[in-house]
Amino acid sequence: MSTTTGERTLSFDEALATFDPVMGLEVHVELGTNTKMFCGCPTEFGAEPNTQVCPVCLGLPGALPVVNAVAVESAIRIGLALNCSIAEWCRFARKNYFYPDMPKNFQTSQYDEPIAFDGHLDVELEDGSTFRVEIERAHMEEDTGKSLHVGGATGRIHGATHSLVDYNRAGIPLIEIVTKPIVATREKAPEVAKAYVATLRDLLKAMDVSDVKMEQGSMRCDVNLSLMPRDGDTFGTRTETKNVNSLRSVERAVRYEIGRHAAVLTDGGSITQETRHWHEDTGITTSGRIKSDAEDYRYFPEPDLVPVAPSRETVEALRATLPEPPAERRRRLQTAWGYSDLEMRDVLNAGLVGLVEETVAAGASPAAARKWWSGEIARRANTEGEDVPAYAARLGVTPAHVVELEGLVTSGRLNDSMARQAWEGVLDGEGTPTAVADARGLELVQDTGALEAAVDAVIAANPDVAAKIRDGKVQAVGALIGQVMREMKGQADAGAARAIILERLGQA
Amino acid sequence: MTTDLTRATAAELADLLGAGSVSSREVTRALLDRTTAVDGVVRSYLHVDEDGALAAADDVDRRRAAGEGLHALAGVPIAVKDVMATRGLPTTCGSRILEGWVPPYDATVVRRLREAGMPILGKTNMDEFAMGSSTEHSAFGPSHNPWDLDRIPGGSGGGSSSVVASFQAPLAIGTDTGGSIRQPAAVTGTVGTKPTYGGVSRYGLVALASSLDQAGPCSRTVLDSALLHEVIAGHDPMDSTSVDAPVPAVVEAARRADVSGMRIGIVRELTGEGFQPGVQARFDEAVQHLVDAGAEVVEVSCPSFTYALAAYYLILPSEASSNLAKFDAMRYGMRVTPDGVDAPSAEQVMAATRDAGFGDEVKRRIILGTYALSSGYYDAYYGSAQKVRRLIANDFAAAFETADVLVTPTAPTTAFRLGDKLDDPMSMYLNDIATIPANLAGIPGLSLPSGLADEDGLPAGFQVLAPAMVDDRLYSVGAALEARLAAAWGGPLLDRAPDLTEVSR
Ligand SMILES: [Zn+2]
Repeated sequence: MSTTTGERTLSFDEALATFDPVMGLEVHVELGTNTKMFCGCPTEFGAEPNTQVCPVCLGLPGALPVVNAVAVESAIRIGLALNCSIAEWCRFARKNYFYPDMPKNFQTSQYDEPIAFDGHLDVELEDGSTFRVEIERAHMEEDTGKSLHVGGATGRIHGATHSLVDYNRAGIPLIEIVTKPIVATREKAPEVAKAYVATLRDLLKAMDVSDVKMEQGSMRCDVNLSLMPRDGDTFGTRTETKNVNSLRSVERAVRYEIGRHAAVLTDGGSITQETRHWHEDTGITTSGRIKSDAEDYRYFPEPDLVPVAPSRETVEALRATLPEPPAERRRRLQTAWGYSDLEMRDVLNAGLVGLVEETVAAGASPAAARKWWSGEIARRANTEGEDVPAYAARLGVTPAHVVELEGLVTSGRLNDSMARQAWEGVLDGEGTPTAVADARGLELVQDTGALEAAVDAVIAANPDVAAKIRDGKVQAVGALIGQVMREMKGQADAGAARAIILERLGQA
Repeated sequence: MTTDLTRATAAELADLLGAGSVSSREVTRALLDRTTAVDGVVRSYLHVDEDGALAAADDVDRRRAAGEGLHALAGVPIAVKDVMATRGLPTTCGSRILEGWVPPYDATVVRRLREAGMPILGKTNMDEFAMGSSTEHSAFGPSHNPWDLDRIPGGSGGGSSSVVASFQAPLAIGTDTGGSIRQPAAVTGTVGTKPTYGGVSRYGLVALASSLDQAGPCSRTVLDSALLHEVIAGHDPMDSTSVDAPVPAVVEAARRADVSGMRIGIVRELTGEGFQPGVQARFDEAVQHLVDAGAEVVEVSCPSFTYALAAYYLILPSEASSNLAKFDAMRYGMRVTPDGVDAPSAEQVMAATRDAGFGDEVKRRIILGTYALSSGYYDAYYGSAQKVRRLIANDFAAAFETADVLVTPTAPTTAFRLGDKLDDPMSMYLNDIATIPANLAGIPGLSLPSGLADEDGLPAGFQVLAPAMVDDRLYSVGAALEARLAAAWGGPLLDRAPDLTEVSR
């Protein structure tokens, strides 16, 4: 099947005029544990193929799994953060099917006894409203290996001369979070889907249970979508778009499938229950495997593992470790900092909330914290392909530097442009703001005699401008200030210069 | 030195080695020579590791000479069922599909043997993936019963029992899923113990049915079983189902051999009808010996045992069908490409390999298990079998209220002839009727010889069952009975077995 041309789709508005979308989102999250789900192998991303494997995660004959206690704790914490009930007793099950990159030909997963169930997550939409997504379950499972098909044109198994399998990923702990059907979103369906995944991502990141890097596959979303007639109550046949790997794609995939389903249904056709592949480049989905409800994985309780039975004390102790939910934290900080919505969004999008918070805590004003972390350093970090916190950490630039820089300005030693020069020096590795200012000779001239002399000289040299100001055109003062600054080689306090000029010209 | 080292028990060898009157190399050499002499007709071994065993023996001798503190069984050689992973030594599970596979790791049991300084002589034959009661389902041909080479040595661990019965090894490791240590022990006149489920680590035991499998000792005396039991038992963090509790004092119990005041429960459902008269007669005599030794006999009833065989033959294939799915030609073992297909898919290679690599009994059980687990039938089959399992555990719990141990004949008959039941799997399955309940309930069981049946002059087995984690009681009863029987017979039963060197010549 071609991946450059899609099937016929109806426009989004047309589709929504006739149909209501129903979504189900399944998000797989790789946990950031040091070791795998059932063995002690490391989980680092990007290692040489098949270097992080052992008899257990290779499924060698005789090897047995043992549950990673840290993964279970993470699963419980995630469940609690999603307002779920935590099972008092649950088991792993075997999901049996043959697949070359699955070492045992069964996946150790949870089936009818998930660790967490019946929760919800509130997501904020752009119009400021809140939408509640109901959570069906969050369960634990292990990841599979990764196949690489070699010799074909497409990188797919079809046409390949041989395949390579990397089992480094096999056995990495996964949490699968499954929503209940999301209805009544209407035209907001794509936005809700994106906002849900984004909220989940922020939450999991704040909890420090996963690095939630969608582009590296440590967080992946399967989008189930069906349409029902406008204001109907019977769900249509659904399709499952697998492994959508960015927030933007989640939104686009929902939108695309709504249009595609609508076109098929409007044309009198019927939707085939199947998995579909998402194509990031073209923004379309293509048909994958036909999936029937009768698909038989022959689940049964994993006999090699004892049940998981967390005590209520353990669960409550884990609840106490949960961070403040990101949305609440955002609201609290915005109020505390007095940022406008736009300012707050900029800080959020740049991933600066933590740095700003630390900097304010260290004694800087919220305005200065925002100004210094989002200016020159953000530009340089972007060029380096890093986010600001990582870049700053690498350079050794800290909140204390910002506090010091602001102090130099408020104490009157530096003006704004000098402060910028000092900050650049800090970023160039020349030392603390004070050290840079010392080394570069940055200092406002405090000698009022010199300033007054400069003002008098400038007034004498510009009689026309001086006359205008005497006549009340005070805004013309800027031109004179600029000349005074030049005269003083930038080391004058512009405010003081302005005051002296106005005084001399009878406007004070 | 006049002692025939191949006929010495493990306890005797341990004494000789400890006293320095013999070296481990001498013992190991003697046993390997015995193998050269008789294994051509008994066929207990799939792989003999002469070099590895002698190297391990030399190492122990060196350490002993250096005055190192060694384990009591250090230097005593042992054979291991080919279902346990052995680093650097082939592990085939009696199957073509694993032919040539050399594991990169040791099973925990094997690791403990090595740590105790016990030279591993080789890997013993077995029914393919431990499926069978006769060792005829080994892809590499059957083992033979040393008492009568035309007969089966029991299964699936016929190799481990016949290697001990034919004096090629004083000890062997077996595994028991539905009786595969105890039934072969019974038909070869040896001792075999299935410890409490979880009492011995399953790590590295290639799984047949995970919830039933249990490794344990095969030996010629009850004390030897206890000595080996102590080496291999104990908690293993690599096995989540391993019991984290102290190992029962089995050696002490075997040495004490005391049954006075003990209540011996005879299970009504596992006696009389269906049991070969000669087997039943030896059983009754053995019970009388225990009474003479001061035990009290009570009769108990376990009504759910009627369903044990049916439940077992649903649970075992279900778990096995999933456990055996990993044999798919992708990572190890044999790979077969299908005939007449140009560029076969992974699925086609898997199918062709599994078709060629698995034997009939294995395929039969995979199909049965796949069916029993499938969504429409799960509740009717697997679900019901699990309920029966609970009922059987309840029956045992009630029986152990009135009896300290339960006793039964180990197998309903003596060894049948090779080939007799090949076309009748059901009648072969019936051979495990007395051993299976213990696996379903996870309790320990021991089989020791009760004598020779009058009809055919072949060994019969006496089974002792105890509550979970009370394995020591098996050894008290077993050792007490063994002592009385040996006195009555004027020596060990195996002394009456044919001298195989005549046949092999
Ligand atoms: Zn591993």
